[in-house]
Amino acid sequence: MREAVYIGANPSSRPDLQELMGRVALGDEDAFASVYDAVAGPVLGVVQAVLRDPAQSEEVAQEVLVEVWRTAPRYRSEIGTALNWVLTLAHRRAVDRVRSVEAAAVRDHKAALLARTPEFDEVTEQVEARLEREQVRRCLRTLTEIQRQAVTLAYYRGLTYRQVAEALALPLGTAKTRLRDGLIRLRDCLGVTA
Amino acid sequence: MTTTADLHLMTGAYALHALSDEEHAAFERHLADCEACAQETAELSATAARLGLAATVTPSAALRGQVLRRISSVRQVPPGTTGTRPVRAGRRARLLSRWALAACLAAAATLGGTTVWQHQRAEDALRQARSARQGTAEIAAVLAAPDARTRTADLGDGATGSVVVSRERDRAVFVASGMARPAGGKVYQLWYDDDGTMRSAGFMDPGRTDQAVLLRGGVDGASGMGVTVEPAGGSAEPSSTPVALLGFPT
Repeated sequence: MREAVYIGANPSSRPDLQELMGRVALGDEDAFASVYDAVAGPVLGVVQAVLRDPAQSEEVAQEVLVEVWRTAPRYRSEIGTALNWVLTLAHRRAVDRVRSVEAAAVRDHKAALLARTPEFDEVTEQVEARLEREQVRRCLRTLTEIQRQAVTLAYYRGLTYRQVAEALALPLGTAKTRLRDGLIRLRDCLGVTA
Repeated sequence: MTTTADLHLMTGAYALHALSDEEHAAFERHLADCEACAQETAELSATAARLGLAATVTPSAALRGQVLRRISSVRQVPPGTTGTRPVRAGRRARLLSRWALAACLAAAATLGGTTVWQHQRAEDALRQARSARQGTAEIAAVLAAPDARTRTADLGDGATGSVVVSRERDRAVFVASGMARPAGGKVYQLWYDDDGTMRSAGFMDPGRTDQAVLLRGGVDGASGMGVTVEPAGGSAEPSSTPVALLGFPT
């Protein structure tokens, strides 16, 4: 079981993405189709986790994927893996959207936000994605309650650290620190290296 | 006021996109000088991406068709050193910071470490331009353009002038900092330099010492720009020695 989890988290199980991105950067549409197949599920997942509304999520995911094509010539492997680059873009876009649409609504739903820690309830048939999910879920459990809530609200709900502070009744500095030490603990548990 | 120690603690919030636009910009400026922060930021961003990966869903087949159809008509950006995104309202500060950072690095490289460009001043100027509503969206778009190039000149008496040119957008922005106000009844007039022939490109706001101005009209192959002092209302051609002359970076 441990071994299976390890395989699921091993970046080498997505071997060709870096090379494919190089071809996409040269305008290769077939290569982009392969990149699409590798990243569309995670992209839509990130966007949907933040936005929740399926129609809006699909629209933003589509924008993100087109943006991946458009800006691929600027991607450089020194700044991180292609998958990280794409997911960072997806999260930023989703957060931008949620902030422009829901700025006021967010504050009115603190209780609802806290109740809605990620359920990961969307079923995917991909074994790899299920294993990744299990490992992240396991590692999230190693965080303190406050760390876990802070990180979860910021990432999956698109809250700023100020909103996190408000939602969890924490001083601003503490909210900032919890986001950092929570992520550090998560990094160590997942064995992430940059 | 944000201190450096505060900035160090922002790595997590930055990786989670949990900072305001202003804080995001301040943090990115800090990142340029802080290797330890850059390493931690890269790791925490990669960690955040794992949170995203865990949320993977199966997209509809329709989405694939739509995206693949769309990309066949979307032109890719030219290769470069900075990331880029289309300009949209509310995102300007962040775009500017990214651009300013790149401009700083470029300036440091070409001027042997003398970073002439001062992004803080550019941001101040942009903020003022925004409050004056002087075509700010277009100014921000030029500053953030993937092919934007900058050239800075010392105008004496502590004044600095920088020109930012985007050939792709065919526009140029002049950013002035600390320029003395023109004498009463005079204005600063901007010019495009068409290989020695000066073409009027509008005026600066006489009431401001720091400002970002969009040059009127397209670059259209001009090799540089100049600023002269002219009688109010402007002149058809320069009537005085330029206070600034800047060749466009190539």
